[in-house]
Amino acid sequence: MTTAVTNKEIIKEKQLPKGKNLTTKDRLIKVDRKDAKLALAHMYVAFTALLVGGLAGLLQVFVRSGAFQLPFGIGYYQILTVHGVLLGLILTTYFIMGFQLAAVSRTAGALSNTQRKLGWIGFWLMTIGTVAAATMVLLNEASVLYTFYAPLQAHWIFYAGLALVVVGSWIEGLSQIMRYVQWRKENKGQTSPLLAFMAVVNNLMWFVASLGVAIEVLFQLLPWSLGLVERIDVLLSRTLFWYFGHALVYFWLLPAYMVWYVVIPKVIGGKLFSDALARLSFMLFLLFSIPVGVHHQLTEPGIDGFWKFLQVVLTFFVIVPSLMTAFSMFATFELRGRELGGKGVLGWFRQLPWKDSRFLVPFIGMVAFIPGGAGGIVNASYQMNQLIHNTIWVTGHFHLTIATAVVLTYFGAAFWLIPHLTGRTLTSRMNSLANTAGILWAVGMFIMSGAMHIAGLLGAPRRSEYSTYGGSEQAAEWISYQFAQAIGGTILFISILVIIGVVVNLLWFAPKGEEEFPVAEVAEGGGSTPAILENFKVWGVILVALILIAYTFPIFDILSNSPAGSTGFKLW
Amino acid sequence: MANHKKTSDDNLKGTLYATFGIGIIIIVIWALCFNLFIDRF
Amino acid sequence: MHIHKYEKWWLVFGTSTLIIFLIIIGVSAFHAGAHPNNSKWTIDYEKVDEIAPFDNPGVHKVEGKDWDYEVVLVASAFSYTPMEIEVPVGSKVRFVATTKDVIHGFEVAGTNINMMLEPGYVSELVTTVDKAGEFTIVCNEYCGIGHAMMYSTLKVVDADDNSSH
Ligand code: HEM
Ligand SMILES: [Cu+2]
Ligand SMILES: [Cu+2]
Repeated sequence: MTTAVTNKEIIKEKQLPKGKNLTTKDRLIKVDRKDAKLALAHMYVAFTALLVGGLAGLLQVFVRSGAFQLPFGIGYYQILTVHGVLLGLILTTYFIMGFQLAAVSRTAGALSNTQRKLGWIGFWLMTIGTVAAATMVLLNEASVLYTFYAPLQAHWIFYAGLALVVVGSWIEGLSQIMRYVQWRKENKGQTSPLLAFMAVVNNLMWFVASLGVAIEVLFQLLPWSLGLVERIDVLLSRTLFWYFGHALVYFWLLPAYMVWYVVIPKVIGGKLFSDALARLSFMLFLLFSIPVGVHHQLTEPGIDGFWKFLQVVLTFFVIVPSLMTAFSMFATFELRGRELGGKGVLGWFRQLPWKDSRFLVPFIGMVAFIPGGAGGIVNASYQMNQLIHNTIWVTGHFHLTIATAVVLTYFGAAFWLIPHLTGRTLTSRMNSLANTAGILWAVGMFIMSGAMHIAGLLGAPRRSEYSTYGGSEQAAEWISYQFAQAIGGTILFISILVIIGVVVNLLWFAPKGEEEFPVAEVAEGGGSTPAILENFKVWGVILVALILIAYTFPIFDILSNSPAGSTGFKLW
Repeated sequence: MANHKKTSDDNLKGTLYATFGIGIIIIVIWALCFNLFIDRF
Repeated sequence: MHIHKYEKWWLVFGTSTLIIFLIIIGVSAFHAGAHPNNSKWTIDYEKVDEIAPFDNPGVHKVEGKDWDYEVVLVASAFSYTPMEIEVPVGSKVRFVATTKDVIHGFEVAGTNINMMLEPGYVSELVTTVDKAGEFTIVCNEYCGIGHAMMYSTLKVVDADDNSSH
């Protein structure tokens, strides 16, 4: 029973938009009105971040083409900090928290007043933090990029603001977990709703991972930027950051996987392929997302080759649940396509609802994840990391993964989630605009990311404004690819404008009505779900053990070997 | 929405080809990069 | 828990592929020595100019070592010393580099020489430069406003152009 709801709120059946596969009772189960308000608050921030961050991205590709200079003394790296923070940290965290909250409320039932209050406290802490950090970036006191590596030293308010964002997200995550625990208490011995379970796994992973960055900020960056201590252990701070940083990317990815596993099957009119396998893959993500952060530090001094390689091996394990996901997705599509009469080996493919933006836009994301994942395996391949480390290839890579696979899935979800929350509907006009945006995104990203991958292999560095490097021939070659990136980036920005247009329509102008929050049911005969998959104690112990194995020695080594710390620098 | 029995006899030939296709894409990209790595000093 | 036959095939195929990748890079690293920079050498980053070998940056021919040349390089915001490095093609070179201030990158574009330079640490890499040509050295880690202005050049020249070899 994955769609079980305890205190479900059944609303009266109203007119439903035509051409959608809604026939079950699920369409009637709504997110609680008060919870909807909280979830919507997140959407406002997330899509504002998309617009401003997207504009920064557009300016970046223009500057890097060499044909444009920023006015009013604005710095390239200031803009890049805005882009990275708003899109990498703010858009993602807000969307995730809003979506997960709605998913928990939809599948486990409305939050209690206490739980909801916690949600609002978290939301406001995050928002105060965002405003504080953004102010420092605008004042040019924090052009340290979204990874804020020491010993470049930002204003302490920037670090404090980001810390508030993390703490706020913890509190929100806690309120979601409390709702899940309540459900388990009220429904002893039953398998919990899959979406709620997945949200809980993602929150747990987030707690354990963000502990690293919390320690970095509280015990290193804050005292140091406040002048309480003079020096900072740079390598330790980077290692703590990346202990967090790789899991961060899985924190972004898992909500997209929730949509792929649970929502998309319903959108196409099919069933969940396997409840148990979906849970298993999430547990594997929980285990292997964290003890792998050193794969971002493969070319750094001070960490032993053996331990780097060990984390490379663990990194390869985290690919396995993605392989499982790929199979589940195709199987869901094929089963449904055959049900609709698709014949032959690939005939089912044409039967899928290609005109439905709730399917098409995330599907484009799934396709992007194939080259994105393949590139990721190259990045993680120990010495092969030297080929691409800190080149623009890396930027090309994560614009396929996070900035296509993940965000297109978020957008595809927003196209039903926002109207579901506002009590409006996605009209067919908006639906086709949304599809247009998805296609524009695919085209723009193919050009931009493709050019980034090639230029990166030719050696072009990332995080770099326009430069001829003293007239170097190699640099001249990179610049021709930067032109291509500017063309792709412009198309992407147009796509963002279209998406913002659709979102604005869904928020305030779309016709009143009921939009379904799609939640798939398990296919009959899909097998039962072993209780072990919900035994968080067991998985927690394995997780801690893996972290200790992967990190004890490297951290001990860093501490015992460490040179004198660094003073702060403000070089922008 | 037919009630679908999901058993090992489900026809998932297309899925088999699609996933193995992904595997081959991964192998090709990785091999090309490895080759480039070996080629360079 | 029920797993479809084809899913088993796929997972076996996928996982074996990953294991083969790991074996290839593992053997090439631990057997053939193709490691990235893993140096444990520490230094006082505020006194780099006084500490050997960084008191004398440049290209040095060496005898009796596993390599023929040592290239000593110092990075600081926003330049490299020296601005130009010349080594004969086919020689085995040990690159040793560090930073005097923030984190910088040391990437010889179009080659596998790519390492982070972090304050307090010396990074190193040994390689045989087997292709002649001019390679731009760029800083690939953001270090401040002049980050993209930071470069140097590695010239790998034909052996007979160089009298000492
Ligand atoms: C209009 C669409 C976009 C354009 C034109 C664009 C362009 C760029 C460019 C050119 C860079 C690299 C700049 C450099 O290394 O110097 C960059 C970095 C980045 N982008 Fe985007 N991007 C877009 C959308 C997105 C989206 C939707 C996300 C995430 C959800 C995203 C996340 C990032 C991140 C995290 C960085 C890294 C920043 C850093 O290195 O500090 N971008 N983007
Ligand atoms: Cu990672
Ligand atoms: Cu730099």
